[in-house]
Amino acid sequence: MRFMVIIKASADSEAGVLPSDELLNAMGKYNEELVKAGVMLAGDGLQPSSKGARVRFEGDERTVIDGPFAETKELIAGYWILDVKSKDEAIEWVKRIPSDPAGTDEVAEIEIRQVFEVEDFAETMSPETRELNEQLRERTSGN
Amino acid sequence: MTASDTHRTIDAVWRIESAKIIGALTRVVRDVGLAEELAQDALVTALEQWPEAGVPKNPGAWLMTIAKRRAIDRLRREKNLERKQEELGRELPPEEPGVEPDEVNDDVLRLMFTACHPVLSTEARVALTLRLLGGLATDEIARAYLVSEPTVAQRIVRAKRTLAKAKVPFEVPSGDELAPRLASVLEVVYLIFNEGYSATAGDDWMRPALCEDALRLGRTLAALAPKEPEVHGLVALMEIQASRARARTGRDGSPILLLEQNRALWDRLLIGRGLRALALAEELGGLRAPYTVQAAIAACHARAATPEDTDWIRIAALYEVLAQLMPSPVVELNRAVALSMAFGPEAALGLVDELADEPSMRQYHLLPSVRGDLLAKLDRHAEARAEFERAAALTRNARERDLLLKRAAECS
Repeated sequence: MRFMVIIKASADSEAGVLPSDELLNAMGKYNEELVKAGVMLAGDGLQPSSKGARVRFEGDERTVIDGPFAETKELIAGYWILDVKSKDEAIEWVKRIPSDPAGTDEVAEIEIRQVFEVEDFAETMSPETRELNEQLRERTSGN
Repeated sequence: MTASDTHRTIDAVWRIESAKIIGALTRVVRDVGLAEELAQDALVTALEQWPEAGVPKNPGAWLMTIAKRRAIDRLRREKNLERKQEELGRELPPEEPGVEPDEVNDDVLRLMFTACHPVLSTEARVALTLRLLGGLATDEIARAYLVSEPTVAQRIVRAKRTLAKAKVPFEVPSGDELAPRLASVLEVVYLIFNEGYSATAGDDWMRPALCEDALRLGRTLAALAPKEPEVHGLVALMEIQASRARARTGRDGSPILLLEQNRALWDRLLIGRGLRALALAEELGGLRAPYTVQAAIAACHARAATPEDTDWIRIAALYEVLAQLMPSPVVELNRAVALSMAFGPEAALGLVDELADEPSMRQYHLLPSVRGDLLAKLDRHAEARAEFERAAALTRNARERDLLLKRAAECS
């Protein structure tokens, strides 16, 4: 199952302050660990909201509102998509996200949200899958 | 945190850490079976202590330390200590442990090659890989494979014994040995994937979960052996196949064939990952290897926004490559379908007719089904009808039979 792990924005991230070398390095290692465990499907950091926009919907009206947006702590500064066995596993991975070694005392929260998925797979194979399966059976039946 | 919360945390930690711990222990004790036993002991200790004392800050290192202490105790009892103790002393992580990441990765990779060693039967390789690298419990494997728990347990015990008896070295093979050994690893991963992919909708959720386990194993393998093109080829194949999971069945659970699937339901994230993995495989020179070619075929479908956009000429060419790499009537039949889509039914009919004499094809309903389709397109309706009826008689799937009989009726 998939989880989106959401890092909230901070005053620094909104100000466009780039993470320290140390933090970037630690994050790089952490990401590598995720990849080597086969759980990281995607992940990115997001630019400050000053470079973004919102489109407001009101009936048929569409109004474009340019960033930055005020509610810093509700904005998103980055995310991962993790493919894991359970929410608990996602939590275990999130606990291991490095904090800034030169860190401020600011309290931060990282949010974990499950992605909608159709869990159950199909009843029968497409001809192509069937064919692949047959090939394997053929190749392995000698064992 | 309640006791059951702690247990769920321990499960999660085990899933993340077990392969690393078992790998590290195997390097020291040189016995996968003993290593797993020691790792399990550490797990039991965690189950006893964490609900009371709380989950340690670095649970992986905690487990590793306990497991290595158990290894020392065991070796001490076996009076085999002197040389080993020194080794283990070095192995023991310091209080605030900084385990060497490279070493851990090597251990996991070695463990994968050991679990998939060709001295083991295919079934044993699958069970051992899920157990040692996937962190699955015996009952989970049993449920996924619809066999009894004792059967799986015995398979695993026997596999460990076989490895010990054959004195299989704990290493990543090199030189001439690498290719066949890697093929064995890839085969196991793909078998696990297919077991999940071909599971019926009404089945236990454990079976589809095998797809996730296989994908995870494949992705891990690709990260640990990034220079092997066929690893990326296999990952590409699995990612692209998995991307269609949502589109493969209708609401009533009936199968939907590839060309009739709603492509909007295909998972773009997985397709993107699959295409990237395929590009990597091709870059590394893996274009003429079975998984990569199959991935390239899957990619042709994935790249087509609509079925009409499908590059059938390329697919036919890729099937020709595949037929050379792993000749089989089933590949030929697929090549025939691709040929008919690319160049018309006439081009394919001869090939299908040749296959009709294959003993392995006599009971295979897709052969008359494909032949019927070609004949119908050529307006040879009476022959087409006979083929559809024959296919209907051969298939074991009721829904497919209905469809074939409907097509037969349309030919009159």
